[in-house]
Amino acid sequence: MNDMSPNKIEREAKLEGMGCKRKRVEDARFTQGKGNFVDDIKLPGMLHGDFVRSPYAHARIKSINIKKAMKVPGVLAVLTSTELKGVNLAWMPTLAGDVQMVLADGKVLFQNQEVAFVVATDRYAAADGCEAVEVDYEALPVLVDPFKSMDKDAPELRDDLKGKMTGAHGPRKHYNHIFEWQVGDKEMTDMAFKKADVTIKELISYHRTHPSPLETCQSVASFDKIKGELTVWGTFQAPHVIRTVASLISTIPEHKIHVISPDVGGGFGNKVGAYPGYICSIVASIVTGKPVKWVEDRIENLTSTSFARDYHMTCEIAATKEGKVQALRVHVLADHGAFDACADPSKWPAGFFNIVTGSYDFPTAHCAVDGVYTNKAPGGVAYRCSFRVTEAAYCIERGMDILAQKLKMDPAELRLKNFIKREQFPYQSALGWEYDSGDYHTAMKQGMERIDYAGLRAEQKKRQADFKAGKTRDIMGVGVSFFTEIVGAGPSKNCDILGIAMFDSCEIRVHPTGSALARVGTKSTGQGHETTWAQIIATEMGIPSADIMIEEGNTDTAPYGLGTYGSRSTPVAGAAIAMAARKIKAKAQMIAAWLLEVHEGDLVFDIDGFRVKGLPEKFKSMKEIAWAAYHQVPPGMEPGLEAVSYYDPPNMTYPFGAYFCVMDINVDTGVYTIRRFYALDDCGTRINPMIIEGQVHGGLTEAFAIAMGQEIRYDAGGNCLTGSFMDFFIPTAVETPHWETDHTVTPSPHHPIGAKGVGESPNVGGVPAFSNAVNDAFGFLGSTHIQMPHDYWRNWEAAKTLGLVK
Amino acid sequence: MSKVHVKYKVNGQDVEGLCEPRTLLVHFLRENLMLTGTHIGCETSHCGACTVDLNGKSVKSCTVLAVQASGGDVLTAEGMTNADGTMSALQEGFRQMHGLQCGYCTPGMIVRAHRLLQENPNPSEEEIRFGIAGNLCRCTGYQNIVKSIQYAAMKLRGEEFKEAAQ
Amino acid sequence: MIPGTFEYHRPKTVVEAAKLLKKLKEARPLAGGHSLLPMMKLRLAAPTALIDLGGIAALRGIKKVGSKLVIGAMTTQHELLASALIQKNVPILHETAILIADPQVRYVGTIGGNVANGDPGNDMPAVMMALDATYILAGPTAKRSVKARAFYKGSYETVLKAGEIVTAIEIPAQGKHGYSYEKLKRKIGDYATAAAAVILTMKGGKVVMCSITLTNLGPTALLADAAAKALIGTSGDEAAVDAAVAAARKIMSPAHDTRGTPQYRTSVGGIYVARAIKAAMARA
Repeated sequence: MNDMSPNKIEREAKLEGMGCKRKRVEDARFTQGKGNFVDDIKLPGMLHGDFVRSPYAHARIKSINIKKAMKVPGVLAVLTSTELKGVNLAWMPTLAGDVQMVLADGKVLFQNQEVAFVVATDRYAAADGCEAVEVDYEALPVLVDPFKSMDKDAPELRDDLKGKMTGAHGPRKHYNHIFEWQVGDKEMTDMAFKKADVTIKELISYHRTHPSPLETCQSVASFDKIKGELTVWGTFQAPHVIRTVASLISTIPEHKIHVISPDVGGGFGNKVGAYPGYICSIVASIVTGKPVKWVEDRIENLTSTSFARDYHMTCEIAATKEGKVQALRVHVLADHGAFDACADPSKWPAGFFNIVTGSYDFPTAHCAVDGVYTNKAPGGVAYRCSFRVTEAAYCIERGMDILAQKLKMDPAELRLKNFIKREQFPYQSALGWEYDSGDYHTAMKQGMERIDYAGLRAEQKKRQADFKAGKTRDIMGVGVSFFTEIVGAGPSKNCDILGIAMFDSCEIRVHPTGSALARVGTKSTGQGHETTWAQIIATEMGIPSADIMIEEGNTDTAPYGLGTYGSRSTPVAGAAIAMAARKIKAKAQMIAAWLLEVHEGDLVFDIDGFRVKGLPEKFKSMKEIAWAAYHQVPPGMEPGLEAVSYYDPPNMTYPFGAYFCVMDINVDTGVYTIRRFYALDDCGTRINPMIIEGQVHGGLTEAFAIAMGQEIRYDAGGNCLTGSFMDFFIPTAVETPHWETDHTVTPSPHHPIGAKGVGESPNVGGVPAFSNAVNDAFGFLGSTHIQMPHDYWRNWEAAKTLGLVK
Repeated sequence: MSKVHVKYKVNGQDVEGLCEPRTLLVHFLRENLMLTGTHIGCETSHCGACTVDLNGKSVKSCTVLAVQASGGDVLTAEGMTNADGTMSALQEGFRQMHGLQCGYCTPGMIVRAHRLLQENPNPSEEEIRFGIAGNLCRCTGYQNIVKSIQYAAMKLRGEEFKEAAQ
Repeated sequence: MIPGTFEYHRPKTVVEAAKLLKKLKEARPLAGGHSLLPMMKLRLAAPTALIDLGGIAALRGIKKVGSKLVIGAMTTQHELLASALIQKNVPILHETAILIADPQVRYVGTIGGNVANGDPGNDMPAVMMALDATYILAGPTAKRSVKARAFYKGSYETVLKAGEIVTAIEIPAQGKHGYSYEKLKRKIGDYATAAAAVILTMKGGKVVMCSITLTNLGPTALLADAAAKALIGTSGDEAAVDAAVAAARKIMSPAHDTRGTPQYRTSVGGIYVARAIKAAMARA
């Protein structure tokens, strides 16, 4: 029966379940200044910790003198690596199988590296204490160019790895080399290139940048000596993982460690891994017996916590002269800074870079990644990107445009010609992924129609003629980006973080009076889980979302989860939530059958309860069933109404989208105007369209910033030139373009509710759209590839190189 | 260094306290008065997360000394809720139009929007964007913040909110 | 994020302030604080005493004195923008103020702070030079006036003596004039990548008076005298503008920073001079 009688419509609306623009639960506290962020926490006797940091990018530490610092009023202790060695915490393991100094041990390897931790009664005294610590450095030669890192005479960075020619991911080629990772069929790919009609080869760099959430990283650690228990509040996107890591590196058993992520002001990948600040606040609390808070400044955040990207990708595509791609060959030089602190699943030192075949049907492909050390901040993390997917998408989307230019084909036309067809899904890519579902042609054509692509190309042609005739100094670009990304890490067969499989979890308990509490292993940092997770449960088991409280972030009560990053929450935890709700629904069905004196099979689930087939007036609502669960269950059944689900996803999910950017650039000033930006996203089933739209707006804004100027840049001496908001480009409301959003829906066949996740898509697809627009604008004047970011001055340099300006 | 005595009216209440001359107003609010709604996002006066309304002006409280503005009248996000506990037009607008995600920029953004609407009760989209250019947001891309402020502006003018066509 | 310690003083008169500045070693005046406090928070400046000028009523206000416009040093950018006197008599100040920083900073930042700091990135120095304004300086015992055009010696270096503060800015009558301040920046709140101020008057289709100044294209704001001279007596045609631009570029020595290379900034600097000249002529 499928009638949508007014009663049905009303009952469904009352649920506010999946698919509706449910307003957010979180907003009440945030709009009234009643959020509970880490720096809002105040405990009796709490102390503050702050770092002394190295001004040098590479130097030996000859001495550290803390005498003056200890005399500063309010300063209680100064930790150096010596003190940390005493508790075996001078170094800590990274998520990538490397080790990282917590406090500088003998030398420093990047500017602003942590050297000492000053603990004081308040943050002002701690700052004064830091000023007073005297460190004597002996400068060493600096290495900032990853292309020079494996030179014969390159400065040797890692004394601790001297002589070790094997790393966590296999053999090392050079003392500054970290790993080599290869995937694909090298022989077949090389052969395809040899035979190809047309090939392109280009060095495409994705520059270093930083996730920079508005709230920096911070923690409050409180060690209770009497109970032997450690409580840590922190900006953690993955609180359970932090707890397990804390237990592994300290002597405190895991059940005595309480990790809590309260409200977190944005993550974007910055808050996945562990930082020296967390470790030092913990040690300081153990040493002093008091709670210790650590709050980093913005400059500290940008210059010492994990950067993103810094991938230098040589992209080669082989094609027939008709424009059918035959092979893809990519080599990546990955700059990891001083320590490989990459936050990837452990078997993937280059993340899921092998999604680089993108949306296209490549018969064969091969890719190799070499990771190297330099004197820069350690990392990298996935800045709204899944794992290295933004890099891969940028590589292939630029590559396809370069190929289109060589073939003298329209970039959209080339893509349509090479898309994986709908019938080919599930699709085995040449680099080893099974894409779950997709309908690229429909999405692309919808997008092209909505923006009048043909009209734009006609306009561009006229503009090119006008430019050549000297009638205008403004060139016009249409940037096309059709991305397929891979999210939802991930299946236990190939995804783990330090050995812990990347499942996720949900525990739901329904109370006697019919409302419910659900705890999930993810941690929202702005994605609105308190609102959307309830929507899934509401639709799955018929309790209004307003009656469902969602909790995340307290590791004592939330079932184990791997946290929120890489758009994994909806694909993995969203599935666990649906499965837990279905377990409850199954039990509810049995109870309803008992109450209605029918067989279970005679019941059908109807929005908010169970109805007997053929006898529509015989109905039990979930509210009635909940009450009954506590006193009137069938004989042999346990009372109560709760369930927990740990979900090990069978596969990743593959959201995709079609983005178009229309841009005008004045060649004399390099100033660009984003005339129009259209983003069509397909994230499968859409839980809350309002939240999806918000995610797309936010991700596109980050992509805009990255493509057009946001970078972490170092000079030859290893000095960071963009370490504050003065120079690290965060656009205001004035620079930020207007975003047009659209969608198609191609559900994931393996996901319980068909949802794929969407948070990172706009950053994945956005950057190529902007960069392709700039390159598309200049292309008719003879350029093949202009590196991003596309600041005004760089656009001018490109114009100058092309002889357009003096 | 000896402390100084400062006095303020904050969200309608008279308060006073002791602090150092160098104590920033944002720290006085957050640590002395336990009003943690106002946030800190940078130390170079760019992000605006610390914005409060001081004597009828939008001010970055991280760039003012508590002693420098002593005697002043301060409004923070906590003080924007209506006396009867209901949400003010702006707070409601931000909720209706999804003008926030992580919530960290929100208090500063709302307090700034409050003053913006006092300066100009009927701002165009361009005027709103220019008016909030001292407040950075990493989550929303500003588009829904603009709508939230338009919603509040209309509500305050007694009109019903009508979304502009895309 | 946390400044070092200092003594705080809040004098009631200019003389009191000047005496304190002279007497206390490493004392600095505090105006709006939006240049000084950020530097102190990064501990790039560490004055041991701050002399808050916020309590001195004599430093506020905009008034007409004879044919001159006199602006108190503690006038905020916001007050400048709200002033009908400014809008009517010196509209270039209005055009410039709206391009400075962001709404919050404009509520607190003062014109005195913007001109007296010697920061080559500040916008008002060039504009004051274009207007041929005079700064009134007051010390503990004496006052003097210094032309804006003679005030700046180098980056963060001015003719201010120990114990002196700028108390007011006098702007001579401009009469009917064309004006423009054109500023290229990366985003709202940024200093200029390049900016140019032009004031000119025209008679009978010819430029009879002109001053052109530049922001952030050298260690101080620059007076592009030769550039202005290239326009005077001409009709402001393409050739004259080109000559003015070439002359202006000759004196530019912009820093190489994340806003761009010196070559780029000199190139766009010239373009913005041209834009400012054309806009000023259209308004003349």
